[in-house]
This record gives sequence, C-alpha cells and structure tokens, in this order.
Amino acid sequence: MFHRESGVYKTTYAADMALYPLPVARWTVAAVILLFAVVLPLSLHDYYLSIINLSLIAIVGALGLNILVGYTGQISVGHAAFMSVGAYTAANLAVKLGLPFWVTLPAGGLMAALVGAIVGIPSLRIKGLYLAIATLAGQLIIEWIINHTPAISGGAQASIQVPRPELWGYQLRTQGQLYFFLLFFAALAILATLNLVRSRIGRAFVAIRDQDIAAEIIGINIYRYKLLAFAISSFYAGVCGVLYTYYFGIANYEAFQIGVSIDYLAMIIIGGLGSVLGSILGAVFVTMLPIVLRLSMEPLAGLFFSAGEMSSVIASTRLVLFGALIILFLVVEPEGLNRLWRNIRNYFRVWPFSY
Amino acid sequence: MWDELQFAFALTVSGLSIGLMYSLIALGFVLVYKATEAINFAQGEFVMLAGFVAAVVLAAKGMPVLAGVAAAVAVMVAFSFALERVVLRPLLGRPIIAVIMATIGLGAMLRGLPPITVGGETRAVSLNIGDLPIGIGPASLPPIQILGVVVTLIFLGLFTWFFMKSRMGVAMRAVADNQQVAMAMGINVERYFALAWAMAGIVSALGGVIWGSMLGVDVHLALVGLKVFPVVILGGLDSIVGAVIGGLIVGLVESLAAGYLDPYVGGGTKDFAPYVLMIIALMFKPYGMFGTHRIERV
Repeated sequence: MFHRESGVYKTTYAADMALYPLPVARWTVAAVILLFAVVLPLSLHDYYLSIINLSLIAIVGALGLNILVGYTGQISVGHAAFMSVGAYTAANLAVKLGLPFWVTLPAGGLMAALVGAIVGIPSLRIKGLYLAIATLAGQLIIEWIINHTPAISGGAQASIQVPRPELWGYQLRTQGQLYFFLLFFAALAILATLNLVRSRIGRAFVAIRDQDIAAEIIGINIYRYKLLAFAISSFYAGVCGVLYTYYFGIANYEAFQIGVSIDYLAMIIIGGLGSVLGSILGAVFVTMLPIVLRLSMEPLAGLFFSAGEMSSVIASTRLVLFGALIILFLVVEPEGLNRLWRNIRNYFRVWPFSY
Repeated sequence: MWDELQFAFALTVSGLSIGLMYSLIALGFVLVYKATEAINFAQGEFVMLAGFVAAVVLAAKGMPVLAGVAAAVAVMVAFSFALERVVLRPLLGRPIIAVIMATIGLGAMLRGLPPITVGGETRAVSLNIGDLPIGIGPASLPPIQILGVVVTLIFLGLFTWFFMKSRMGVAMRAVADNQQVAMAMGINVERYFALAWAMAGIVSALGGVIWGSMLGVDVHLALVGLKVFPVVILGGLDSIVGAVIGGLIVGLVESLAAGYLDPYVGGGTKDFAPYVLMIIALMFKPYGMFGTHRIERV
C-alpha cells in the first residue's frame, strides 16, 4: 500500500490479481495489523476507541452495500432494513433462547440474506430507477412489519435489550474489549470481500454491472448472480446490524430507518463505488463527520443558538453538509476518496519527476 | 347496511380527493422525467421548500395570500433552474444511480436547511378559505381539499393543452422522444430541459402551498414525497394521464386501507398499503399502466 514500485513486471493474470502485489506489501499489511491490534488499543483513550468501534461496524455494512451497488450495479435504498432484520433476529435468539453471539451473529446474517434475496427478486425484471423504488418499498415494508409485530419487535417500544457478547465465560464490556470483538469481524469482512471480488463470483458481478444482457450472453446466469449479490450484501448488512446491537446492547428499529440507508449509500459514493478501500475510507469519513462537526460547531454555534436548539441545529447542519458532499463527489470526483488516494500514490510513485 | 355504504362513500370521496392532490405532486416528477429522463428523488423536499417559502412570506402582517403563492412559485422556478444548471447538467450521460444519488443528497440538504435558517417549528399556511367541511352527499370535505382538487384539475387541463396543442409542448414531446433528432430539427434541447424543470417548480410550489396549508409546514412535509413513487410506478413514469390515475388509485387504496384495515392491525396501513400495491405492480407490469415500454439492446 505504501511501497513505490519501479515498474509493472506482472506477466500473468494471477500475479495481477494477487492480494500482495509485491513481497514488500506483506510488511505493509503486517504493520497495519500491528498498528490496529497492538498500538491503537494500548495508546488510545476509550472515547477515541468508541469512534473507531463505530467505524468498524460501519465498514462491515459499507462493504456489503458496495458489493451490491459498486460491484454488481444493483441499486438498493433498503440496506438499513436488512440491518434491522439481522439485529432483531440476533436479539430475539439471544434473549429468548439465550444463544451466544457465535450462533446469533451468523443466524442474523443468514436471516438478512434470506430477506435480502426476497427483496432482490424484482431485480430480475427491473433495474435502475425501478429497482431503487422497489428497494425503497422493501425498506418501508420491513420497517412496518417489524414495528407492528410484537413477536419480533418485543412490544411497545419496539426495542430489545441484549446482553453483551460473552467469550469463554468473560463478558465483553469495555470499549477496549469490544474493540477487539469488532476489529475481528471487520477484518474478516474486509478479507472476505477482497477475496470475493477477485473470484469467479466477483467477476460475474462486475460483468453484470457493466452490461447485464451482455453478461447473460457470455454465459453468466444473471438470475442466480443478481440474487446472490443481494443475499451476500444483505448478509453483511445483517452482520452489521448484529454487531450494532451487541455494541449498544439494544436492538431498536429507530437505528435502522431510511436515513441510515442513505448514510450507507453516501459512504460508498464518497469512498468510491466498486472498491474495498473506498468502502473503508467512506465508512470512516461518514462516521467521523458528525463527531468532527459537533466538536467544531459547539463553541461557534453557541453564539447564535440556544443550548436547547443546539442538537437539532447540529443534526441539520450534518444533513446539509452530507447532501452537499454527496453532490460534490458525484459531480467533481465520481470515483470518490479511493480515487484521490490513488492520485496521491501515483504522484509519489514518480516523485520527484512529474511523470 | 346504509351506514356501511355511507362510510364507504365517505372514504371513497376523501380518498379520491387526496389522490388528486398526490397527482399534483407526482406531475412534477413526471414532467421532469418525461422531458429530461432525470429522476427526482427530492420531489417531496421541493414541496417542503415551497411550503416554507409560502409560510415565511405569509407570516408577515397584511400579506395577501396571492403574494405567498407568487413567492413560492418564483423561488421554486429559480431553484429548479439553478438545480438543472449546477447539478444535473454535469451528470448528463452518467449512470442512472448518479442522478438518483444526487437528488437524494439534494433532499438531505433541503431537509437540513430550514432548521438552521428560519427555524424548524411547524408553521401554518393560512389561505383564508375557512375550515368548515363542505358536504357532498353523505360525505364531507374540508375546503382545502376541494381547492386542491380544483387546482389539480386546472393544471391537468393546462398541461394537456400545452402538450397537445402549443408549439412549445410539441417541441417538448419531441425532446422527450429523441433528443438527438430533436436537436437536428433545430430545437434548443437545453432550453426545453430548463422549461421542464421550471414547470416542475411551479407544480411543486402549488403542491407546497396546498399540502402545507393542510398538514402544516415543517420538515415532515417532505414525507409527502414518499407517496410520489407508488403513484408514478402505477401510472407509468412518463405519462401525465398515468400520474392522475395512479394518484387516484393510491388515494383510494390508502383511504380504504385506513378505514377498513387499521382497526385490526393497529394503524399505519395508510403509509404501507400503497407500497404493497406498487410492489405487485412492479412484478407484473413494471412500466405501469400508461408508461412507455423500453427495449434494451446490447
């Protein structure tokens, strides 16, 4: 990631697709692992760890959405609904049956994958705008069903308290402990996605994105792969919802409303469609935005607004900034932060010469 | 038995009138899509913005109602022009998801703006037409709904005449049909794009005034926009007649669902039933009742 190569010497497809483009990249990856597994948890205050924890959860969800939207080209405005499916599945299993997280987490993911594949069925006939509207309907209908079925939502408040995850008899309580819990799953999701997109399935997804009729003609079963894309993406979303539930200790449908779906779409657009690094950068960026905004606005906005208005003013400013960023990236840099990062790398690759 | 019938009749009348008011908003979406193939996911926020403009202007003492309406129309037309220039023109020829996301982002921006500029509290848009329900047989409607129906019908007439008879309307249909050929025939395509957005702005402004005075103006007014999608999918994305029929169906379904289903499932079917209907329509007739079928080639 941080090395400078002297030229391109790859002669086979396998070499071009390798996870480590050069032997030196192993050391970069080792350094990144060391940084995240040892240096950060030992050196950072709990508050900063909690921000990283939120980012880690968002990374899982953003990766899933990017597989669907960025790689397969099937737009979905219902990602948050799949998260809620995962969250409520896990919460019900954990509370009613007392199952541990290593059962509820995959169960939540699988349930979300099933629901996602069902919502994805219209994608077999329609695309683009129609699909966006169909998934929007999916979001609203799932939200409504969860909210109106006490057996799922756990009664009037539509929220379920969940015990913190337990590992070998220890309960993970502090931010530091939860950090390792979340880091493990985020790293797993990143690795799985990296491998998925360079496999046969990933190439089929990209072919469908570029032109689905052409993909069908060269022998890709687009029905199967479109549904598979929905299922995999929703699996990630479900896992993201489960992690969210365990992290906050509560499953609540208000955390998975349509606005959250749009947040995740913003993540992958700001980060870069069809890129793993872009999903990560976008997830971190969008998670940090309201926090940075609050820190920077609180001293300033106090001059104009009363303390009572403050939270709504900050929330509104976040919305405005958010919308503006989405539009700015779409108009100016459609490939997002990932492209900016590549530009920086390309600049330093030939530094100090200009080309 | 007689009571049952009266109840059904009242639900039908109120559903149809609300449905026509949905059509008014959906018209803005359809006009833009028909002419420019741009998709406006921020239609509800357009309506909200117009409502805010009208409410702020009318809050001044002694302002005539027409001044509020005129201000809303002027602001919305200017805003739509600017939007077409600044955001949508650079996105021409890009994948459809780019336009969808840009308008979603725009919607977020518009929802965030009122609380930090004029304040987010609910405002009234008073049109001075009273609020005593007017009876129609056994049913009765508040005057604002009757006004909404009248305005929608007038605009439907105007648009039908415009597209069928006027020179500009015919040119616009040509642009919608095939942009390149229209250009070759000497039609200034960009001007007609701007015109389509301006027309959508006018419709949104009137929708904002009417819906705003019915529901009160705050950020939640934008939720009306969520009803646009079932309407346009049922009717067909690029059909004005479709928007009207779709609106009537959605209004009717909503009203009947609220009347007959709500007591059994604990409310909220009003927002839910149109979407179920829409999913069914998408599965069996994705281009709606009056929409143009598209044939895709590699």
